Amino acid sequence: MRLDVLNRGYSPGTKLLFTVIRMFSGHPLPDAAKVVFYRPDFYGAQAKKFTHEAMRGPSAWSVADRELMAAFVSKVNECAFCVDAHTATAGQAYNDGTKVQAVLADLESAPIEAGLRATLRMLGKLTREGRLGAEDVREVLSAGVSRQQVEDALAICAAFNTTNRLADAFGFELLSPEASEAGAKYLLKRGYR
Amino acid sequence: MPDEADKKQAAHRALVDRVLNGEGRASPEQRARALSNQDVPAPLQALISKVATRPAQVTDADFAAAKASGLTEDQIFELVIAAAVGQSARLYEAGLAALAEATDNGKAG
Repeated sequence: MRLDVLNRGYSPGTKLLFTVIRMFSGHPLPDAAKVVFYRPDFYGAQAKKFTHEAMRGPSAWSVADRELMAAFVSKVNECAFCVDAHTATAGQAYNDGTKVQAVLADLESAPIEAGLRATLRMLGKLTREGRLGAEDVREVLSAGVSRQQVEDALAICAAFNTTNRLADAFGFELLSPEASEAGAKYLLKRGYR
Repeated sequence: MPDEADKKQAAHRALVDRVLNGEGRASPEQRARALSNQDVPAPLQALISKVATRPAQVTDADFAAAKASGLTEDQIFELVIAAAVGQSARLYEAGLAALAEATDNGKAG
């Protein structure tokens, strides 16, 4: 990563934990996970709480749909690390990697429900343009998405716009496909806490 | 009306509040400028504005310029996070405002 403290500045206990994780998983801890271990009191602790609430807290959206939103927002931000990680996670959650690839390749022709498509369109516009109008939200609501679901999707959008920025700025190292799949399995089992 | 989204929004507010006002190595003023992406001093301006608006274009040189200005790595760590959290907070607020307008502030849905 671009800051030496993020590569080396961990306490002995945290370094030991990284070693244990590498031994058991067969993969080094992804940089996304390392960053939340660095001075967790400043960012990691609160960030994990918010991201977990958005991605795994109560919602009418399935975990798979939420992981797809994370992958989609990451795609709009051109964040390769996060696209890989959440494409793998959404693919495992749906048990259908092709569907996820189709959405990222072309949202309009992908085989998904109208409500999810409209929601992704809205998150894409907000992320790309930095603004959103009432008419954009009305389109989502008229596709059968509830007000609460829009709120839930906006929380995911906020969480991943943060993570995408840190991934690109700090320079998270890309994961191998095997490490992405292993990370996805972990995220589906344990979430973001 | 307490609902689950309030829990999400509360967790988000706690994150923003921690980054802005909690203990840190960069001053609260420096963090506030990075978070709002406004009035950022020149050596740091390229890095912070890229994090906020075009993060994929951040380069090693942007970090080198920030370090050359005398900031420590821990301060840069905090200011990059502040910039990322700030832009995301603006998106979140814009989205929630559009939703409130679309539903006449909560009557629908």
